[in-house]
Amino acid sequence: MENFTPVRALIGGLLIGASAALFLVLNGRIAGISGILGGLLHPTRSEIGWRMAFLAGLFVAPLVYVAFGGALPPVALDASLPLLIAAGLIVGFGTRLGGGCTSGHGVCGIGRGSPRSLAATAVFMATAITTVFITRHVIGM
Amino acid sequence: MPLIVSAFAAGLLFGLGLIVSQMINPAKVLGFLDIFGNWDPSLALVMGGAVVVSALGYLVAKRHGVPVLAPRLEIPTRRDLDPRLIGGAALFGIGWGLVGLCPGPALVGLTLGPWQVFVFVAAMIVGMAVFRLVPADWPQVTFRREATRVDG
Repeated sequence: MENFTPVRALIGGLLIGASAALFLVLNGRIAGISGILGGLLHPTRSEIGWRMAFLAGLFVAPLVYVAFGGALPPVALDASLPLLIAAGLIVGFGTRLGGGCTSGHGVCGIGRGSPRSLAATAVFMATAITTVFITRHVIGM
Repeated sequence: MPLIVSAFAAGLLFGLGLIVSQMINPAKVLGFLDIFGNWDPSLALVMGGAVVVSALGYLVAKRHGVPVLAPRLEIPTRRDLDPRLIGGAALFGIGWGLVGLCPGPALVGLTLGPWQVFVFVAAMIVGMAVFRLVPADWPQVTFRREATRVDG
């Protein structure tokens, strides 16, 4: 467990929770990333602005972090091109079919005690853990 | 306009949270999902902390009844489980486990991240677009009984 970074994890988690709380209290909406992005593929006119603004906030975050003297963590990815494409397709399709991802179901949904989100989170955690087990310990990718 | 500013602030805060917690690093996420290897429990604390604050936000929003800047709360009210929810979540988990990227960290990683993140995000958007082609009642799970046909 030498990789465990509890302080950073907790502070980061509190920030993510604060974002979700702020968005719900002010805008009345769920801070679900897949939903906010997916909604832009068939936007209603009144929703384009805030959806783009939320995404812009995500894009600007690394620049703000660096501007205030933070050192960005590495983005370490060693997946092959076909694997990246397959994973992206599955994540895009799956999050829309299941109506949410780690943020919408995991953070927001569990936060309001939604049984659907609890079930979805349990399922995607289980299949993700199984996938990593198979790729790392069975086929040794 | 205030709606746009607050959405930007929420996105920024969300992105900073993903950076501070190092969840934009797929290796870190895979370290959490690899419970049978050299397990890194960090992501559990990220989610735990986020859920607690988001729950407080939900209580405040509920008590308020209406959001500060919008006419009404847009919160899903469905409580039943269905094949779309479970199937979609199962698929998402597989894709997440393959590379270690989920939508939030992938979008934040577009800025200053390696080229692989662009490929993933492009494919993710295509996946979302493909979903639009799926009929609203798919997948239908029908439990067929063996028909005992007597009309011969």
